[in-house]
Amino acid sequence: MADKQVMKRAKYKSSVKDPGVAGVLKLNIERFVFMPNDPKASTKLNVEFRMITGHKFTKEGSSKQALLNLTQEQGGNYIFEFDSFADRDVCREFVAAAIAFHSEAGKATTENSAALVNSEQLSRAETERRIKLLQENSELQRLHRQFVFGGILTDAEFWATRKKLLDQNDNRRPKQRVALKNEMWTVKPLSDGQSNRVTFNLTPEIIHQIFAEKPAVRQAYLSFVPNKMTEKEFWTKYSRAEYLHSTKNVVAAAAEAAEDEELAVFLKRDDMLANEARRKIRRVDPTVDMEADEGDDYIHLPDHGLFQNETKDVLESQYEPYRRSFSQDLNQHAAVVLQGRLVDVELGDPRSVAEALSRTKQAEVSDEISNRNLEKELSDRISRIAEIEDLQGPRDPAVAPLSIKDPRDYFDSQQANAVKALGDAGSGAKPLKSSVSPREAYGSLTDLVSDIRVMGLSEPIMNPEVALKVLNGLTQSISSTKFHLGKNPRESVLDSLPKVTKEELLHHWTSVQELLKHFWSSYPITTKYLYTKVTRLKDAMSQVYPKLQEIKESVQSDFRHQVSLLVHPMLQALDAAFAHYDADVQKRSAKSGERFNGFG
Amino acid sequence: MTPVSSKLYTDDVSLLMVLIDTNPFFWNSVKSTLAFSTFLSNVLAFLNSILLLNQLNQVVVIATGYNSCDYIFDSSDSQSQTQRVEQMLQKLEEFVDKDESLGREDSVDGPGFSLLSGSLSMALCYIQRVFRSGPLHPQPRILCLHGSPDGPGQYVAVMNSIFSAQRSMVPIDSCVLGAQHSAFLQQASYITGGVYLKPQLLDGLFQYLATVFATDLHSRAFLQLPKPAGVDFRASCFCHKNTIDMGYICSVCLSIFCKHQKKCSTCGSVFGQAQTQDSSTPDRKRKTPLDA
Ligand SMILES: [Zn+2]
Ligand SMILES: [Zn+2]
Repeated sequence: MADKQVMKRAKYKSSVKDPGVAGVLKLNIERFVFMPNDPKASTKLNVEFRMITGHKFTKEGSSKQALLNLTQEQGGNYIFEFDSFADRDVCREFVAAAIAFHSEAGKATTENSAALVNSEQLSRAETERRIKLLQENSELQRLHRQFVFGGILTDAEFWATRKKLLDQNDNRRPKQRVALKNEMWTVKPLSDGQSNRVTFNLTPEIIHQIFAEKPAVRQAYLSFVPNKMTEKEFWTKYSRAEYLHSTKNVVAAAAEAAEDEELAVFLKRDDMLANEARRKIRRVDPTVDMEADEGDDYIHLPDHGLFQNETKDVLESQYEPYRRSFSQDLNQHAAVVLQGRLVDVELGDPRSVAEALSRTKQAEVSDEISNRNLEKELSDRISRIAEIEDLQGPRDPAVAPLSIKDPRDYFDSQQANAVKALGDAGSGAKPLKSSVSPREAYGSLTDLVSDIRVMGLSEPIMNPEVALKVLNGLTQSISSTKFHLGKNPRESVLDSLPKVTKEELLHHWTSVQELLKHFWSSYPITTKYLYTKVTRLKDAMSQVYPKLQEIKESVQSDFRHQVSLLVHPMLQALDAAFAHYDADVQKRSAKSGERFNGFG
Repeated sequence: MTPVSSKLYTDDVSLLMVLIDTNPFFWNSVKSTLAFSTFLSNVLAFLNSILLLNQLNQVVVIATGYNSCDYIFDSSDSQSQTQRVEQMLQKLEEFVDKDESLGREDSVDGPGFSLLSGSLSMALCYIQRVFRSGPLHPQPRILCLHGSPDGPGQYVAVMNSIFSAQRSMVPIDSCVLGAQHSAFLQQASYITGGVYLKPQLLDGLFQYLATVFATDLHSRAFLQLPKPAGVDFRASCFCHKNTIDMGYICSVCLSIFCKHQKKCSTCGSVFGQAQTQDSSTPDRKRKTPLDA
């Protein structure tokens, strides 16, 4: 990226209103330089990107000027106007990357970053992707700063283990397709109040939507324009028809349609749509259970809560084709929006849009025709679901009844341990070996019950001293088990720690993992390069020990035990790595007694 | 909007199913430490306090006998408050008589077992009926006041009840009155999220009941109730009763064996030949190629 640079013609402006000084803007990763065309002009700029903290820009479409505004750390800004938005966007992207690069590398030395960038010939896209990942993930950024700028890992090593992350991010790159607007186009006449003129506003986007939602209009367009009428005439007529619809005067609409056959096309019900609907109905899975459940209770809302005053008049049959139902329009609109943008053509030309839409519809229909299996599949499904019970053979139970000879075994298999766990095995030995006759036992029980019936409840039920003893005993046993850890799996030990300690511990976990990942993946050591890498990693790992000790000592004594429990596995993992390292060094020195360090 | 007739069941209204152990052989064996009459007066006082805690609280008492079980009290169908105790005691007497008449034995060794599985099932049936009565109902829980030792023969039935309670999210609280802990109830409370308690001072039974078991389910979220220190649910094999960490389990009846069997001794299923597992996988030493 260091050798990349961008050069564009631009005007430097002190403010948005300022006409500006024409010149050339040169950008590279370190700085941007502005050279005015007039060599005598004094407005030369040479600014380092590390001084720049942000950038703003004008939006294409909403503004006429293609501006880029770079804001400086100490306040103040640089405004550039470009000849085109395309030029501006190239610069904007570069600037964004450069700012991100410098803010991320902020604390590193320049040498370091220069070396870093120069050592690898990365594509700009690749670098941007990495920077973006670092910006999005603060944990990753922290690791990157710690290890890459700390000189423990090289940038390439760091990213090598995260290829997947980079690829994923890459997949997201294709531009998002813009969906159709979820807004029904209705004629909102903009009357000027004096004349009877009504103005409509049609954009290519709206035309696209009309074509998608109303096949008859699309068909009419293709056959009328430009042979029978001009584009303008066509849309005027269409708007007229829509206007007539909006008046809800079916009779008037029918009367006008009778005089103008082209207008009638728009006013009559869309037959193509009706056909399509019939086709779709035929393909509905007949086994779908349409029974509404409680959740579908919209019935109390007229028109499903949508305000629409549809004419409920009874009409003569001759007007029937001119009636249009709002719910049909709404459904069709919803279907089109959900289907999304089917065609990928420039919206400027209505004819090509109409043709493209017709083609896709045609393709859909022919697909269906070729897919004759569907009907068979549907009928199969019906016969499978609509099983007539009394025509089915008796179904034999495919199971054998479970016969358990002696359930006592199950009990024995658990009882012993469960009771032992309660520390009470001793008293488990038969408490009383006396044999009682049922008569005697039942007799005494009945006596005791009738005692109460006669004498009433004993009063007081118990002695206050006993009650106090019980309360104390309960409180004591509850408080002794309360701090017993691991009782509640939802409760994390980490959450009970101070926030700083928690974050520090988590960070140490991730960095220890990062180091170990690189450490173990370097074995077996086959090259000098791996040898030095392992040495670097070992040094970095040995620095973790005192830090962990520090955390342990920094927390209050209440938490110390828990923290050391958490730190313990980290230490174990590090110990294992060191043990491996030492063993490897020993093996190496024993094996290559004559050769010094094993690398020939 | 709410119909006037529907009771306003808030989340702290309880339906308490109390299972009291009426096994005469157990009570006979503990005559000296805890008389049944003392036990009853403690329990009756406790039940009254439950009913006083919330006007809508409901208490149902099921007697767990030696030969049978039955409902002996339901606060929702008692007419007047003063007759509650009288009613229940009368029902209890009748129950004990009936339970005796069902017996066949001439004499019983030790405390014998009471029909815990039966009364648990009855409690769960009652709760199911309440669940089906409509969307608004009191929060049910089961309290076992149990003294008799666990009946090994009831293992399957008791475990089924426990799992059914777990499925319908009904906690089973246990208060163990006998000398021994109850593995059944311990599991029941553990699995269903109830409280298991074995009171140390039986004289203070009422205090235990009022402190630990009177809390409704909603309030339990804010309270620290006694928790078991940990339960060892490791199983022992059916063949030698040895505690094992790993073993063979019959896929049909879940019996546990320490060694491979040809046929399950519990349910008679015939097992296929176990694959001769080759545990002596050669300890492959990773050769670290140096100086490639
Ligand atoms: Zn065994
Ligand atoms: Zn079996």
